[in-house]
Amino acid sequence: MAKNPNRPLSPHLQVYRWSPQMAISIFHRATGFILATAGMMTLLWWLSAIGGGTESYATFESYVVSAGPEGSGLQIASNWFFRLVALAVTFSFFQHLASGLRHLVLDIGAGYELKTNRTWASVAFVAAFFATAFVALFVASRFLGVL
Amino acid sequence: MDSRTNIGRVRGLGSAKHGGEHWLKQRLTAIGNVLLVTWFVLSLFMIPSFDHGALARWLAQPLVAVPMILMIANIFSHVKLGLQVLIEDYVHDDGLKFAAMTLLNFYVIASAVFGIFVVAKLAFTGAPA
Repeated sequence: MAKNPNRPLSPHLQVYRWSPQMAISIFHRATGFILATAGMMTLLWWLSAIGGGTESYATFESYVVSAGPEGSGLQIASNWFFRLVALAVTFSFFQHLASGLRHLVLDIGAGYELKTNRTWASVAFVAAFFATAFVALFVASRFLGVL
Repeated sequence: MDSRTNIGRVRGLGSAKHGGEHWLKQRLTAIGNVLLVTWFVLSLFMIPSFDHGALARWLAQPLVAVPMILMIANIFSHVKLGLQVLIEDYVHDDGLKFAAMTLLNFYVIASAVFGIFVVAKLAFTGAPA
């Protein structure tokens, strides 16, 4: 069927006031995409570096964790890049977990009342935020020597 | 009278003739992910140190390699189902959709096989020096 580009469109995203229920839906998709790409590729690199031996693991560490004081410019830039990736993946993990659990509850037919639905959507965001902050502070103080 | 079971009645329905299969698989792999990733995080916390030798000894144990392989397979199944929905919803051009779906299948299968091979090799042959 030919598509007519001039047909009238129904009101879309821009005309609605954003609510937690709308935001959590698109965040579930966006965080899922981040986990599926950046998250899984880093996990596979980590596993294959372990399987590859001491030298390949040292290469992984120098690019992803810390290159130490003698690291090259590329390695130091890469370290900072992977800190951002780690933060994004950590938040994505908790956000996707929280909204995924919310979906499982919705799937059994519970939690559709307006107030309940709104409350649990907000709870998922707050939980993901605090869990991410906790992990970031834990890693920064225990492994990176910050704080 | 229809004497079929509830599941028998919905199988094969819908425009794609897959009934609720995709939906159900997405939920089942989600529950599997919760269990397996919980194991992964707890197991990470119990590794004595994060130098290469300790990690390789950890990963080579059967009780780590097996759940790790299950986790890789389960996560990539979930990735395939999830990203398939993203493509179906946001890629409207038929040609691009076909290309994206093909790439998604390549990505998921290649990544899962690579991950499983890495873990299996380490478990069967031990860590290289």
